Amino acid sequence: MSLREVVYCGVCSYPPEYCEFTGKLKRCKVWLKENHPDLYTKLYGESDAADVDIVAGKLAESSIGEAREEKLEKDLLKLQTKEENREQRELAKKLASKVIIKREARTKRKYIIAISGLEVFEIDMKKLAKTFASKFATGCSVSKNAEKKEEVIVQGDVLEEVEAYIHSLLKEKGLKDVKVETIDSAKRKKKPTEGAANTAGK
Amino acid sequence: MFRKFTKEDIHSRSKVKSSVQRTLKAKLTSQYPKLEDVIDELIPKKSQIELIKCEDKIQLYTVDGEVLFFQKFDELIPTLRLVHRFPEAYPTVQVDRGAIKFVLSGANIMCPGLTSPGAKLPDAPGFEKDSIVVITAENKDSALAIGKLLMSTEDIKSINKGHGVEMIHHLGDPLWNFTTD
Repeated sequence: MSLREVVYCGVCSYPPEYCEFTGKLKRCKVWLKENHPDLYTKLYGESDAADVDIVAGKLAESSIGEAREEKLEKDLLKLQTKEENREQRELAKKLASKVIIKREARTKRKYIIAISGLEVFEIDMKKLAKTFASKFATGCSVSKNAEKKEEVIVQGDVLEEVEAYIHSLLKEKGLKDVKVETIDSAKRKKKPTEGAANTAGK
Repeated sequence: MFRKFTKEDIHSRSKVKSSVQRTLKAKLTSQYPKLEDVIDELIPKKSQIELIKCEDKIQLYTVDGEVLFFQKFDELIPTLRLVHRFPEAYPTVQVDRGAIKFVLSGANIMCPGLTSPGAKLPDAPGFEKDSIVVITAENKDSALAIGKLLMSTEDIKSINKGHGVEMIHHLGDPLWNFTTD
């Protein structure tokens, strides 16, 4: 007697036999075919053309009666389309939204970088703040901005670095086309003494 | 039990002393005697068990970042990941195909789903009321849920009405998706 190695589906995290109940069956199938072809043939048969036979076979071996089985299949199909629609909506939403990186002036020559619009992309802000803090050796935290949305605040003038990092992060998630907008509200190389002199002159 | 369970429900995390770890292992084997052969594989002697205390006095025990079992009152309940690795050790009931959908959405299991031709209950004397059972499904190898019997298996057979098993943990619930860190 020893422990079993269990395979879990990379898409829905269930054991592959239960993929059909998650509504993500199509993607699960693709995943399984790529990663565990032997399991795939065991569960779903040799080829896609044999689909009809499999359904028929399922009907025959299932004990709950054909009518109920059919209803179940229908329900599952409905669930699947529902899930697919939801995924599409989410993807569209993701593509439509954008990340905003803002550079704001603090006192004199100090700046902060505020990154907002991350929550749509399932990025853990707290974790990101932590990595920024150690990466740039600065203070970094998650706080609420004026619109009551969460944003990551990095202390220090690290706009380019942050932008590059966010890009790579999004790329990793397969969301290459997401817009990342940078707003530089405090102009660089603006001499604070000049401005001060002007106001003094008036 | 884990219908709603998020990181906010965690109260404290602590490492378990090796002496406590030993008694835990002993308790686990006394509850599920068949685990004895593999217990050292599941929880190696050198490993560090971590105890996560949560809302409602639920305690989770993790080994190497994976929740292996948990505890509400006195009884240790294995998680599905543990069950999948060694399914033979636990009392098991089987539901029919029609019930899977509902079980996966977290419903209690009704008696007819346990008594129909596709389902399987143990022969007499069966299991007592309140015992923890692993729920599998017809034509499936792995377990899909863990529950607690609301009546003894003999009663389920004879009454065949109403709730038979109370849902504790099922595939896709927050505990299943739970990761430490």
